[in-house]
Amino acid sequence: MRKKTLYLANRAGSKGAHVGSALSIIEIMAVLYGEILKIDPKNPLWSERDRFILSKGHGSLGYYTALCEAGFLSEEELGTFEENGGILPGQPVMNMEKGIEFSSGSLGHGLSLGVGVALACKKNHIKSNIYVLMGDGECNEGAVWEAAMAAKQFHLSSITVIIDANEMQSDGSCAAIMCVNYGSLWESSGWQVCHVNGHDICSLYKVFKKGAQEERPRVIIAKTIKGKGVSFMEHNNAWHHNRLSDKEYHRAIEELDLSR
Amino acid sequence: MISITSLNARIWSKLGPQGTYGITMMELGKEYDDIMVLTADLCTTSGLDRFREAFPEKFCNVGIAEQNLIGIAGGLAKEGKTVFASSFATFIAMRAYEQVRLNLGYMGFNVKVVGLAAGFAMGMFGNTHYGIEDIALMRAIPGLCVLSPADCSEVVKAIFAAAQYSGPVYLRLTGRMNCPVVYKNDYLFEIGKAISVKEGHNIAIISTGSMVYQSLQAAKELEHEGISASVINMHTIKPLDTHTIDELCGKVSLFVTIEEHSIIGGLAGAVAEHLCSITSSPRLIRIGIPDAFQRVGDYEYLLEQNGLTGSKIAERIRSEYFV
Repeated sequence: MRKKTLYLANRAGSKGAHVGSALSIIEIMAVLYGEILKIDPKNPLWSERDRFILSKGHGSLGYYTALCEAGFLSEEELGTFEENGGILPGQPVMNMEKGIEFSSGSLGHGLSLGVGVALACKKNHIKSNIYVLMGDGECNEGAVWEAAMAAKQFHLSSITVIIDANEMQSDGSCAAIMCVNYGSLWESSGWQVCHVNGHDICSLYKVFKKGAQEERPRVIIAKTIKGKGVSFMEHNNAWHHNRLSDKEYHRAIEELDLSR
Repeated sequence: MISITSLNARIWSKLGPQGTYGITMMELGKEYDDIMVLTADLCTTSGLDRFREAFPEKFCNVGIAEQNLIGIAGGLAKEGKTVFASSFATFIAMRAYEQVRLNLGYMGFNVKVVGLAAGFAMGMFGNTHYGIEDIALMRAIPGLCVLSPADCSEVVKAIFAAAQYSGPVYLRLTGRMNCPVVYKNDYLFEIGKAISVKEGHNIAIISTGSMVYQSLQAAKELEHEGISASVINMHTIKPLDTHTIDELCGKVSLFVTIEEHSIIGGLAGAVAEHLCSITSSPRLIRIGIPDAFQRVGDYEYLLEQNGLTGSKIAERIRSEYFV
C-alpha cells in the first residue's frame, strides 16, 4: 500500500498529493480493511456492513489503496488517481459502488455523519460498527466536539473513532499550533480512550478486536509518524502536500525495499 | 394530509408558523415510518413538544449545536431516513452553512432544513436573531430546493410537499403568531409552480412568504388609484418558476419583488438574474430589507421602518410607476 501510495503520488506529477498523512495511516487502513471491517465488495450496499468514514479526507491515498486491496477498486481504477473528471480526486467523493461512504475533505464533518449513521442503525436494529478516522489536527474543529458530546449522550457504543496522531498539521507541529491533551478531552467527553502504536499491526488488530467494553463510544488514539516509512518524509511537513519527483520516488521505493 | 379550511386557517394563524410546523409534523409522524425530526435545543419554540411526546423514537435533540444538527441529519438521511431539522433561520442557514452545502448540496441527502422565524420575526431579540440573508445563502447551493410559504396554510402544504419531495429542501418560515391569512380554502400547491393570487395588467408584484399578504393589501390600494397589479405568490424560490415570469413579461410594464429578506440575493436576485437574460424585459423594483443592519424593534415597527407594509409598498410602487 505504501508503494502504491508513492507510485500514485509520483504519477500525479505537478498536481501533488497529500503524501505524509496517507503514509501515516497505512497500517490502520490495512488492519481495518484486511481484518476488521465487515464488508463485501460484491455487495457494497449490504445493510449489515460496517461503515468506514474517512473524516480526514486528505488521507485519500491511504484510503484508495486499502479499497483496492479489499476489492472495491481495480488496479486500473486506482491508477486514475487525480485524473481530470475521475472518480478518485485528492479528497474522496461519495461512491457507494466503490465503497466510499461519504464525500470528505473539509475537516470536522465525519463524526457528526457517523453519529447520524449510528443512530439510524440503532433505530433500524442493524448491528453495524461505525469507524471514523480523523486527524489530531482535525480535532481543532469545534464540530468534532459537538459530535463527541452527542455520541456519548446517545450511548452510541457502535462508534469507534481512530485518531491518526501524527502530531503534525498543515502549518507544523500540533503542539505548537494548538497544544491540547486530546486524550483527556475525549475522556472528559465521556468516551472510552485507548492508546496504540498506529504502525504496529498486532497492537492495532488487538485493540480493534477488543471492541467496545461499555455502553459508550470509544476513541483509539493511534500514535503515528507523518510520512512513515520514507526517511526524508518522516516528521517533515514539507510532505503534507507535495510533488513527488521521479528521483525522490525511486529513492523512497529503495528505502521501502531495504526495510522489508 | 390535514385539510385547509377556514377554521383551520384561523387556528394555524393564531399559532403562527412555528406552531403550525409542530402540528403538521404530528401528522407526518403518523404517516411516515422513516421520519426523523431533529432540533438544536428549540423543541418547544419549534412547536415540537407534542411530537416529542408522541414519537420519542422519531425525535432527537442534539443540543445547542447546529453544525452537528445538520451532520447528524446527513448521516440519518444516508441510511434512508426522511429528516426534518429545524432551528432559527439565521442559525441553521449560517452557523451550519458548510454542513448544509456538503450534506444537502454536494451529497444530496434527503434532509429538509426548516429555518424558523426568518426575517424580522424575532423582533426585540435583535440582529443576531434576524434571518435576512438565508434565501441568498441557501439558493446559492447547487441542488437545494428553497420554499417560502405565504401563510400558515401554505406552511402545511409546503411541509407535506417537502416530505414527498425526494431531495434536499430549505423551508423558510416567516411571520409570527396571529399572522395574516392568505389561503382559507384548499388549493393546488406544487413545488416550482408560482401561484397568481390576484390578476392585474399594469404591473406584476412577485412576492414571497409573509409579504404575499402585504402585497395583496398594496394591490388593493393601487387599484383605487388606477394601477392594476397582479400578485404572484412565488412560494418556490428555487427552482424559480421562470415560465410565469416570461408570461408576465409581455403583459405588464413593471415588475416589483417584495420579500422580508435582504434586497441582495433573495427573491429579487433570483428574478433579476432571470430578467436580465430577456431582451427588453420590464423594469424591476426590488422591495426588501436594505443592505444594512437595522435598529432593533418589534416586528410591526421593523416592517414599517423597512417599507414592508401594504401602505408603504403601495406608496413606493406609486412613486416608481408614475415617474
